[in-house]
Amino acid sequence: MSLLAVSSLTKRYRRGGKTVIAVDDVSFHIEPGETLALAGPSGSGKSTIARLVLRLIEPDAGAIEFESDDFLALRGATLRARRARLQMVFQDPLAAFNPRATVARVLEDPLRIHGIASRTERPRRIAALLERVGLAADLAPRAIHEISGGQRQRVAIARAIATRPSLIVLDEAVSALDVSVRGQILDLLLDLQRKERIAYLFISHDLGVVRAVAHRVILLDAGRIAESGDARAVIDAPQSAIGKALVAAAPRLKGTTQDAS
Amino acid sequence: MSPIRRFLRTPEAVAGAILLAALIAMALIAPLLFPGDPQAIAGPALLPPFQDWSLPLGTDRLGRDVLAELFHGARTSLAVGLAAAAAALAIGSVVGTLAGFAGGVVDEVLMRITDAFQTVPSFLLALAFVSVVGPSLGIVVIAIALGTWPGPARIARAEVLSIRERDYVASARAIGMHPLEIAFREVLPNALPPGLAMSSVIVAAAILTEAALSFLGLGDPNRVTWGGMIAEGRAVLRTAPFLSIIPGIALVLTVLGVYLAGEGIVETTAVRRGLS
Repeated sequence: MSLLAVSSLTKRYRRGGKTVIAVDDVSFHIEPGETLALAGPSGSGKSTIARLVLRLIEPDAGAIEFESDDFLALRGATLRARRARLQMVFQDPLAAFNPRATVARVLEDPLRIHGIASRTERPRRIAALLERVGLAADLAPRAIHEISGGQRQRVAIARAIATRPSLIVLDEAVSALDVSVRGQILDLLLDLQRKERIAYLFISHDLGVVRAVAHRVILLDAGRIAESGDARAVIDAPQSAIGKALVAAAPRLKGTTQDAS
Repeated sequence: MSPIRRFLRTPEAVAGAILLAALIAMALIAPLLFPGDPQAIAGPALLPPFQDWSLPLGTDRLGRDVLAELFHGARTSLAVGLAAAAAALAIGSVVGTLAGFAGGVVDEVLMRITDAFQTVPSFLLALAFVSVVGPSLGIVVIAIALGTWPGPARIARAEVLSIRERDYVASARAIGMHPLEIAFREVLPNALPPGLAMSSVIVAAAILTEAALSFLGLGDPNRVTWGGMIAEGRAVLRTAPFLSIIPGIALVLTVLGVYLAGEGIVETTAVRRGLS
């Protein structure tokens, strides 16, 4: 049984009288502990799929099955409770936090909302979470805008794993980071996956990163699946036109044999 | 540079701060300097200012000490102005946040109610409300807030409409936060600053409205108000104009002070936002 099974997902937007199909009949599945990458050019529907899977927006058609339940049928408190199992990390780690928040408050929210730790227990849990993502526990009282971009993304990951989810949607989660920090964050994500069997829906336009971390990849073009399969096989020998164009646009991939870590 | 020093750099802000500080000082020391009832008779009636130094600003038609009344009036003006502005901002930002965040039918209903309040002239609304419910300080505050909350509500809604699309609201939903908690804990505090920038104008308008209500005899009869003093003096405007002029000047300086200080604060925060 798949962890997440998405079938015939469709989302249309109406803009100035014209209907734009952002996601067109997309189906895929993710197994526990697996990384599935969604790659494609800007406007191909990657982020829309991420938001649909998280129920941040509602689809026009299709079905989403998560942990053997009809995820689209959940409402209100039931849906909010289930959100603990399905988390998200955003691209811009500054925009993803309330500008007034402190690190401790950001990490306390999921613990409080899902009743994971009592009030007295929370400071210890927050310290443990910070340590888990490679940050010092004394970072807790700091304001979000005081810490560096890499630290912020680690806090975002700590928030995502606070509720012990089985799936994390990573929407361009490393795209805004500089190269050295990006490597560290990817290592952290892979380490979490190995130890806690978290599955990732990894959204990226960077095929180099996708090839390094994803097991399987889906290439999207204008809201449709253009090509899918084993990440390395697809990126090393793309069959679709968009796949070839994407690989050609990432010159450092040509002829190299980058190793997945 | 610290915000206080930046605030003190603009002369208008300094003038406003001094006026406002004087007003607050007057309000605070009124019961110490003039203990007892300021409406009690203190000397001969219609004593002109600067004649008797135990009654520096003279007395009114009934022989009440004008200076004592002026000091106690500052308490009323300040209390009503601040309370009404706080109430208007509170109602406005809650309504605006709910409308902007909920959207759809809730938004439509709340904004039509806001429209309804905004189309009625706020002074008429206050006048009607006080006439019906009866004059007391609390009622006057509510009456003024009733006419002024639509402004902050519209500003808060516009701000919320942009904030609710931000990633941090999406992440609050993704961690399963209740929509009301998102609205009031994540969105509202970040939607407040533009409304707060308006607060000086609201305070100034509230002080003027209170004075106008008192002038028409709809103020709290148990309290001295500047508007009431002007109304009192009107009967003897030709023989003792100082009775209207003195509280009138106090009113002008207060509104000016509040407004200038408010401008200074807006300026200060604007600079800080520009730098960050």
